[in-house]
Amino acid sequence: MAQKNRLTEGGRIDRSKPVNFTFNGHPLQGYAGDTLASALLANGIRVVARSFKYHRPRGIMAAGVEEANALVQLETGDRTLANQQATRIELYEGLSATSINCWPGPNFDLMAINSWFHRLMPAGFYYKTFMWPVAGWKFYEHFIRRAAGLGISPREADPDQYDQMNVHCDVLIVGGGPAGLAAALAAGRSGARVILADEQAQLGGQLLNERCEINGKPALDWVTTAETELADYPDVTILRRTTTFGYYDHNFAGLLETRTAKLTDGGEHTRQRLWHVRAKRVVLATGALERPLIFSDNDRPGVMLANAARSYLTRYGVKVGSRVVVFTNNDDAYRTAIALFEGGVKIACIIDTRSAPDGELPTAALALGIELVDNSTVTGVTGGRGIKSIEVMSLNANADGVTGVPRMIDCDVVASSGGWNPVIHLHSHSGGKAKFDEARGLFIAGETLQASVCIGAANGEFQLDGCLKQGFQAGKKAASLAGLKKSSRRKLPVAETIDETPARILWALPTTKPIGERGKHFLDLQHDVTVADVQLAARDGYKTDEHTKRYTTLGMATDQGKTGNIPGMAVLAQALGVENPGDVGTTTFRPPYTPVTLGAFAGRNVGVLTDPVRMTPMHHWHELSGCTWEDVGQWKRPWYYPQTGETMQDAVNRECLAARNAVAILDASTLGKIDIQGPDAAEFLNRIYTNAWSKLAVGKCRYGLMLREDGMIFDDGVTTRIGENHFLMTTTTGNAATVLGWLEEWLQTEWPDLKVYCNSVTEAWATLSLCGPRARDLLTEFTDDIDLSAEAFPFMALREGTVGGIAARIFRISFTGESSFEVNVPASYGLALWTQLMNAGEKYGITPYGTETMHVLRAEKGYIIVGQETDGTVMPQDLGMDWILSKTKDFLGRRSFARNDSMRADRKQLVGLLPLDKQTVLEEGGQIVAENSTARPLPMIGHVTSSYFSANLERPFALALVTDGRSRMGEQVYIPMKDRNIPAEITSPVFFDPEGERLNG
Amino acid sequence: MLLIPCPFCGKREETEFHHGGEAHIERPKDPDALSDEAWAEYLFMRTNPKGVFLERWVHLAGCRRWFNMARNTATNEILGSYKIGEKPPKGAR
Repeated sequence: MAQKNRLTEGGRIDRSKPVNFTFNGHPLQGYAGDTLASALLANGIRVVARSFKYHRPRGIMAAGVEEANALVQLETGDRTLANQQATRIELYEGLSATSINCWPGPNFDLMAINSWFHRLMPAGFYYKTFMWPVAGWKFYEHFIRRAAGLGISPREADPDQYDQMNVHCDVLIVGGGPAGLAAALAAGRSGARVILADEQAQLGGQLLNERCEINGKPALDWVTTAETELADYPDVTILRRTTTFGYYDHNFAGLLETRTAKLTDGGEHTRQRLWHVRAKRVVLATGALERPLIFSDNDRPGVMLANAARSYLTRYGVKVGSRVVVFTNNDDAYRTAIALFEGGVKIACIIDTRSAPDGELPTAALALGIELVDNSTVTGVTGGRGIKSIEVMSLNANADGVTGVPRMIDCDVVASSGGWNPVIHLHSHSGGKAKFDEARGLFIAGETLQASVCIGAANGEFQLDGCLKQGFQAGKKAASLAGLKKSSRRKLPVAETIDETPARILWALPTTKPIGERGKHFLDLQHDVTVADVQLAARDGYKTDEHTKRYTTLGMATDQGKTGNIPGMAVLAQALGVENPGDVGTTTFRPPYTPVTLGAFAGRNVGVLTDPVRMTPMHHWHELSGCTWEDVGQWKRPWYYPQTGETMQDAVNRECLAARNAVAILDASTLGKIDIQGPDAAEFLNRIYTNAWSKLAVGKCRYGLMLREDGMIFDDGVTTRIGENHFLMTTTTGNAATVLGWLEEWLQTEWPDLKVYCNSVTEAWATLSLCGPRARDLLTEFTDDIDLSAEAFPFMALREGTVGGIAARIFRISFTGESSFEVNVPASYGLALWTQLMNAGEKYGITPYGTETMHVLRAEKGYIIVGQETDGTVMPQDLGMDWILSKTKDFLGRRSFARNDSMRADRKQLVGLLPLDKQTVLEEGGQIVAENSTARPLPMIGHVTSSYFSANLERPFALALVTDGRSRMGEQVYIPMKDRNIPAEITSPVFFDPEGERLNG
Repeated sequence: MLLIPCPFCGKREETEFHHGGEAHIERPKDPDALSDEAWAEYLFMRTNPKGVFLERWVHLAGCRRWFNMARNTATNEILGSYKIGEKPPKGAR
């Protein structure tokens, strides 16, 4: 029967607009204004999910953000959303949802067998059971993940777009219920820039679930008037469907706005927006969440929150059942009984844990002829997939047991209320403390660290009139504190105040047997954590809420324990014999309040925009040449230039041979370049570098090494004196920004007396590095104002002039060991000069080479790469670079050479390695052992740092760091692999032209 | 996310800054005069108070200048920022 539980009238849905949807493949119908949950209830669907651990059948238990059971998989394919609360999904035409965590379906689930073995799965089950043997985890994990799965995330890329907004405001108001709306009106009237955010599509908050009045008219009329007024204020922004998921330091808040009614599809819009809000004042009007009563088998489909039953009737025109029991410890649930009764729902009875409640609401309910069973509790529930009846007994004098004759009451719904918890999550996110209100058994916001205030139900004020008053007051005050003092003389709205008598706080309710021996008292419905689990944790020695939470997983599910945490902490307090649950405390709430789409955090920074790409001026030439790329930091560098049919090794061999036998060209533009000027520049370099700089002549270059203060190598590069007070420093490509930061830090914080300025000029220059025996012949064709002869232009010198008609600096520096010319021209001329050199160089066999060939060539010479031969624990002495350490001046890191650790005899030292078979290229990172043994483990004496095949040496070779390596020359060592030990000989790390004659050629 | 008062630019988002550890650790004038223990103290040892902490920041994505700030590590309350060479604000000393 279609929508058998839908009332013929009433509710805030539009019966003229039917909406078709499917649930677990069954076609169903609801109305515009429904949530998926209300439409399912209207269609009489009771079992919507299975629980996480025991796979027990579960039904809808709430009407909002606190729903713990009704999680669904929404849609399929690339737009599928996992673990969505049915209570928060606005129904749309064609919606398709399925239950999660059950197979083949929620009404018959094979994993429900776990329920029979529950005694084998107590709290801490995973810790206790799966700790040993360690190797077994591979097996257990497969089983656990399969059994305890939630939804499925999409495998395809998200087709939707997400945006981010960065805004400032005077007053951020979270929550659009009566308190929040009142605050927005007051702040808006003062002229403040206000943001009012509410998680629902409609403003009104709890007013949407009630039938109460403001100013003697329906409360929602006041909401409509307020919205109209706010819309007139240009500085007031109302964000609907917007959850403030996190509240951080210095009044910074994160908001997630869903922009369309159809949750899964942004259509022509970005689907969601992430708002970064920095507010002068924050008003938290986040309301309260009802907590359930904790009784035996309180998870059966049909057990729900009293306010949810009221909401489904008042807001959605849905009867949650045909015979409803209201079970309460407070007056508020009587509103549910009265609303349902007047809506035509049969109320079997009201069970109250209190004796003879005589407040206004109980009196009104009794006047309607509803039966009251007082001083009693539910001791058992009959019916697995839906309540058939409940057993009720009287509480004994201490309320820790039951007495008298059990009475069976037929019903299909138990609407339970254990009172209300103020939503202090955001207050807690930002460092605010929680304060236990003993009389009412609830936590309210204590001291805050922010410029914020909690108002209304979030502040423990549950009277509508009080919420309105607090709202106006807080809104006005917040605006005034933000500097807007314009006052308004409008009359404040009024609502009727109904006195409520105190609740009776009992936490876990007794049954005929000790807790855990008859049915289950669930605290956390989503993670299946029971009162017995928390009591066991206390017996196992857990004394604090934070530890107990992790041991039992209480409150660690996707709902973050919105209904279960507070009763759970109270149960722990009782089990520990602590009188006041406030002394055990509540766990610190952490963002997000509700889950946030990862795509919203990424915003537009996806695909090619994930990370900026830095390209040299010659990038497109490389691209057209068909090179392969290596990412170096954000730079794209040519790795090698394969010709048709060539493997990587073929290409690298060809490039290496060209560099040593003809002429080769490298795009070195990515090298960091820092322009250093000032009268104290040389002195500054003396302190930063390990070697001396004062006497370096103008027009000369020098290699320098930088250390951290702990003596470890930090960076290296060649620096050139361009003028008396002007140097150009080069750094490694990946370290350029870090080195500039390092220089600035020392100049600003330690040596502000030095007159030195540093500026990054990396992008200003294109650097073309020519090397090889024909490099000079080629370059001679391009310049007539620089004498390139070895006598006139020696190694490690700078000349300025023109190259191909372009103003250029030429450095005779080399990272390959060949005679080299590093030509620097303004970046915009880089591509033109590169192309001309390539054309003119054809007759010399010019070959472009990439980073791989550069690495091979430098390793043949034993030149280190910072970050490859060094790893932050390597000192210059380890690399045999004592020659660069000045003995006549202080420099950063020098004092650390005398530390015990620096003086150890067994430090690792740089050596060469030659694999004995002359064929195997060792794996970089491979460990080195002294003993040729199959035993494992073996003591490791070092590791391979660089390893290549050399076409020039016609054999593989490697660099390595080996303990006391320099005294091991000629020794045989082994590099153990999975199936064998590779023997290699320790050699000098310089394999090619050890005298360095070719540099000067 | 902190809102950091750069003494040169005014209040800016934390993402523009880089934290530089404890402030007022001066590089010894004569490192050779220090014992290994004293040098290790300078190199590695830092305080980690719960409460007011004087720390260095650099406005990396802004003016690129270093400055000091007094921040309560328990509450993230910022008592004030001050230029290198200046004294910490009252209440932070």
